[in-house]
Amino acid sequence: MTARTLYDKLVDAHKVCDLPGGDLLVYVDFHIMNEYTSPQAFSGLEAKGLKVWRPGAHLSVVDHVNGTRRREGPDEASKLLISNLTKNCDKHDIALYGLGDPRQGIEHVVVPEQGLVAPGMLIACGDSHTTTYGAYGALGFGIGTSEVEHVLASQTLRYQRLKSMRVIVDGGTAPGVTAKDIIMQVIKTVGAGAANGYAVEFAGSTITAQDMAGRMTICNMAVELGARAALIAADALTEAACRNKAHSGSHRFSVSDWTSDADASFDREVVINGADISPLVSWGTSPDQTLPIGSNLPSEVDMATPAAKQALTRSLGYMGLHEGQPLKGLQIDMAFIGSCTNSRIEDLRAAAKILAGRKIADGVTALIVPGSTATRIRAEAEGLDKIFSTAGFEWRPESGCSMCLAMNDDVAMDGERVASSTNRNFEGRQGRGARTHLMSPAMVAAAAIAGHITDVRDFAEKEG
Amino acid sequence: MATIISGKAAAFAQPNVDTDVIMPKRFLKTITREGLADGTFADLRFTESGEKRPEFVLNSADWRDASILVVGDNFGCGSSREHAVWGLRQLGVDAIIGTDFGGIFYDNARKNGLALLIVSKAVRNKLLAFAGDLETLQFNIDIAAKTIKAATQIFEFEMGQTCQTALIEGKDETFDTLKLAHKIRAFESANPNATRLIVNK
Repeated sequence: MTARTLYDKLVDAHKVCDLPGGDLLVYVDFHIMNEYTSPQAFSGLEAKGLKVWRPGAHLSVVDHVNGTRRREGPDEASKLLISNLTKNCDKHDIALYGLGDPRQGIEHVVVPEQGLVAPGMLIACGDSHTTTYGAYGALGFGIGTSEVEHVLASQTLRYQRLKSMRVIVDGGTAPGVTAKDIIMQVIKTVGAGAANGYAVEFAGSTITAQDMAGRMTICNMAVELGARAALIAADALTEAACRNKAHSGSHRFSVSDWTSDADASFDREVVINGADISPLVSWGTSPDQTLPIGSNLPSEVDMATPAAKQALTRSLGYMGLHEGQPLKGLQIDMAFIGSCTNSRIEDLRAAAKILAGRKIADGVTALIVPGSTATRIRAEAEGLDKIFSTAGFEWRPESGCSMCLAMNDDVAMDGERVASSTNRNFEGRQGRGARTHLMSPAMVAAAAIAGHITDVRDFAEKEG
Repeated sequence: MATIISGKAAAFAQPNVDTDVIMPKRFLKTITREGLADGTFADLRFTESGEKRPEFVLNSADWRDASILVVGDNFGCGSSREHAVWGLRQLGVDAIIGTDFGGIFYDNARKNGLALLIVSKAVRNKLLAFAGDLETLQFNIDIAAKTIKAATQIFEFEMGQTCQTALIEGKDETFDTLKLAHKIRAFESANPNATRLIVNK
């Protein structure tokens, strides 16, 4: 038998049949919905007179539009999205972890917490960050609303097999370097969009040394490379993470089945040295526009092509920056810790470690939105809420995507600069004209204290 | 669904145009697919007070009725929101020519009759120049032959068979798939792991 990649094994295991034109029909083991990309799928289903194929295979959560101060949508349109999801789930007998449910939270934080992901699964969701589940050796990918309807009706998707890329990150990393910095380094090296059409498997000792939260951060943000799937081989850590959860009994798997064969070949391979990674900060409006803290912004003369020059000028203009300026010292207006990339208990602990015994700078508005209700309760039991509140962060009582995409009322104003633990620094992402700098949760904490973008390692040293 | 798309092409060379830019979040709070034309590229097209930005190509008198866009690399990256594709269609965009597209955006497009044509960087740059010139902005696209005719030259583009068939036939994929219901049931019977999970209510 020819050697296969983990990706091939996952696709093969879910193949229902071949389709004309070379695509496959693949079976979806588990499907997640939210309130904003599912309404038109349900109405499409109903307009066509179709039923949900297997209602037990779906979970809906409210996470994108809900407020984080109060348990409700911040406006009438949001309230309608939430009530519409409730109505659709009732009607089609689908599980809903809505506002007030102790299991509610950001979909990609809730699913692992509830033991709904296990190695070998195929998981789809109308959200691009569904690549997160690759951390468990599962094939997760985002789909559009038409595909949500297709999964509801048939429990399958029409699927085109992707090319394969392996990103090997090897060796130890310097203190202060987190999983966020690792994936930002990969995006910086490979380029935003360079993995369009690829499934990316992360391998190497730097990757396997990450805990599950770190692995999820890496697979989550792989979509910013363009990767339609991100994977990390299952191992003992994965197996342990699947135990003692609400749905653990629903899975049968052997972790050794969900790794690439030793002699499997990949269409593209990238090697990164773990020791070369520093804490990174984004300076522009694409997730590959990042630099190690301590760097100066690029200059026009460094740009190889007129198009690159133009892109630089546009990014700098939007961000209110000028070429060659040092990254360190940029004054911030807001600090945000949250999102499906970095809002798990491990992320909160890392930020709290920096904030303990310190205060955020005057003039900085700082928010922390735990990734799920369960994460919030756990953090409160550990006393983390006190550390955040004492430091001057607003500890928000409700969970959701919040200011990662600012669909609720947590929004940055035009021209405001935000140190953010999120995944996208796109124009307008955190509010019209808002200027996002992506970084790790600990780096956000450090920036909030200093009042400007700074090196978290200066804080860690003082502790020692 | 027509196999020929002809119309004016507009050059929009900015790289990494994400779906947040194509359809800003304030237009996403809807339970229908309608009414998204004004939201499309809203922050590029309009100032905060609602005035048209003259520098945006689709606001210029010569290109406001363009139905084809020639775009920068990695167009449609980011969020899965199909609202971006719905909005482009409602704005009158029939085809987009680029070097590569965000994966989810690419799949969403064919389900809504939006043709995404993949060409090399060299061809894209040539087409950007043609689209930017009043003499050569009229393009003619043949989906079946996979060709673009611009300025009397013919360029080939890449498109998978599934996408090509979907654009030409415009069939509903859900109904097509449900014709294979027996195969889906056979898969479920053969793979108990696939159906073991029942999400707790």
